[in-house]
Amino acid sequence: MQKRAYYGLYIVIAILAVLPMVLPNSFYLDLAIRMAINAVIVLGLNLLIGFAGQISLGHAGFLGIGAYASAVLPTHFGWHPLLAMVAGAVATGLLAALVARPIFKLKGNYLAMATLGLGIILNIALRNEATWTGGPDGMPVPAFGLFGFELSNDKQWYWVVAILLTVSVWASLNLIDSPFGRALRALHGSEVASRVVGVDVVRYKVAIFVLSAVFASLMGSVTAHYVGFVTPNLADFFHSIELVTMVVIGGMASVYGSLVGAVLLTALPQALATFEGWETVVFGAILMICMIFLPKGLVPTLAAKFDKGDQA
Amino acid sequence: MSLLEVKDLSIHFGGVKAVQNVSFTIDAGIVYSVIGPNGAGKTTLFNLITGVYKPTSGEIRLDGESIGGKSPDELARRGVARTFQNLQICMNMSAIENVMVGAHLRLDRNLIKAALRLPGLTRRDAELRGEAAELMRFVGLDKYINARADSMPYGALKRLEIARALAMKPRLIFLDEPAAGLNPKETIEVDELIRKVADSGITVVLVEHDMKMVMNLSDRILVLDYGKKLAEGSGEEVRKNPDVIAAYLGAHA
Ligand SMILES: Nc1ncnc2c1ncn2[C@@H]1O[C@H](COP(=O)(O)OP(=O)(O)OP(=O)(O)O)[C@@H](O)[C@H]1O
Ligand SMILES: [Mg+2]
Repeated sequence: MQKRAYYGLYIVIAILAVLPMVLPNSFYLDLAIRMAINAVIVLGLNLLIGFAGQISLGHAGFLGIGAYASAVLPTHFGWHPLLAMVAGAVATGLLAALVARPIFKLKGNYLAMATLGLGIILNIALRNEATWTGGPDGMPVPAFGLFGFELSNDKQWYWVVAILLTVSVWASLNLIDSPFGRALRALHGSEVASRVVGVDVVRYKVAIFVLSAVFASLMGSVTAHYVGFVTPNLADFFHSIELVTMVVIGGMASVYGSLVGAVLLTALPQALATFEGWETVVFGAILMICMIFLPKGLVPTLAAKFDKGDQA
Repeated sequence: MSLLEVKDLSIHFGGVKAVQNVSFTIDAGIVYSVIGPNGAGKTTLFNLITGVYKPTSGEIRLDGESIGGKSPDELARRGVARTFQNLQICMNMSAIENVMVGAHLRLDRNLIKAALRLPGLTRRDAELRGEAAELMRFVGLDKYINARADSMPYGALKRLEIARALAMKPRLIFLDEPAAGLNPKETIEVDELIRKVADSGITVVLVEHDMKMVMNLSDRILVLDYGKKLAEGSGEEVRKNPDVIAAYLGAHA
């Protein structure tokens, strides 16, 4: 029953293994890498939004912390990139916990507002601290190396990101089907019922928020090293919305939906480039149509068509 | 010493005095019912004792320990379980997972171990799935062991709530109108189920409008009216109480 959810993991591995051989050129390889990076972020965000039912509108801010930690700490302070990445993730985790705890103690859903504000503040900070961050123009990021081996070409990056994605899918599936994951889903389904069976809901909400923020931060670092350059756009409000949209389009509370959402919405702007200036409008229209006809998102809707039994 | 002691318990919502100076005690091992007309404060009393509401004043003691104002999860740790009048089923989960959530406090909830799917954790989860299936059979939900919660009929969901509460292995279980909306056959089955639960040594506190069921099951009955205690005693005593007769005639006339 739950076993079946893992079959998808084999499909993901198969696709990831075959993909580099069938991609015609480096443009597509780059696209695949960015899709995979987004997919990992969206997986984490879906744990928060889809499974636990808490909305964050500032996740790009966390992405920004990771990205800029990887840019600033090695450049200005000579830190090892790995250490910088970990420092960014730890700082993100602490900040997320610090913000979330008081918010989750309030009655009502204030997380969306708080994360919206937090994201905006982080973005402004990155734009204004020009001496450290290069301001609106951004700054270059040194290459990522480990044990004397440096990640230099896209093929290498592809395999690194593919492994990260595979592990993330596996870990997400594991988490959902565990006592921790059931508690998360239960507090979404009925908060009062979950409290009455002993779930400390504030703790669980904080934990999953921190986890998803750390995911975003780590992938922010990966993005920074991969692209070799960071700008504050990475951390802006529109990017946060884009990430939430990936969750919603792919399917809330669906691991594979997260992947589909990330893949489609990473590809869509490329596909729409021909609309010259109207991309955003077409993009918005497509999203609206999706929401009207597939309110549960792509993967859950399709899954329901094929099977009336258990959901993944 | 009684298992549960409630003394001068009150809660006010603005001007509404939903529960006023209510006192009673419940001995371990009995079936204790709370009855009263609609809006009498029965559900509010349950919410107070299970920590969902904080009392305005008064005391609640479980095994002598003061528990008034403690959170629901702290009470869950002390073996207090409940079901809800308005169903509180997690429709985003399967039926059996709803039951498994009931065992939350008996499991290793570690996030890292879960993400890595450590064998100890999965083994325990597989065992738990077995226990949960057993509980579903116990409450008469054999048919629904592999069902999704959102595909189950109302009567089955009522029992699913009981199974989830039992998965906590509680000492004390509060059932808020478990037979509401059920047909006569289902009502008899729930009646029998509550008997089985009580016989297994769990103290049962029951709110129910079905008087036949209440009289049949209860060792003692508390009657609430407008948030106040109107009477308390055995079924026989309560039935003969003139205040109770007046309140019920007044409410139903
Ligand atoms: N959270 C709340 N805020 C305001 N008033 C409330 C709240 N909860 C309960 N009340 C009020 O308290 C009174 C008692 O309600 P309660 O639900 O406890 O009645 P009840 O005895 O369970 O009735 P029923 O048999 O219909 O279930 C009602 O007047 C109700 O409106
Ligand atoms: Mg009620």
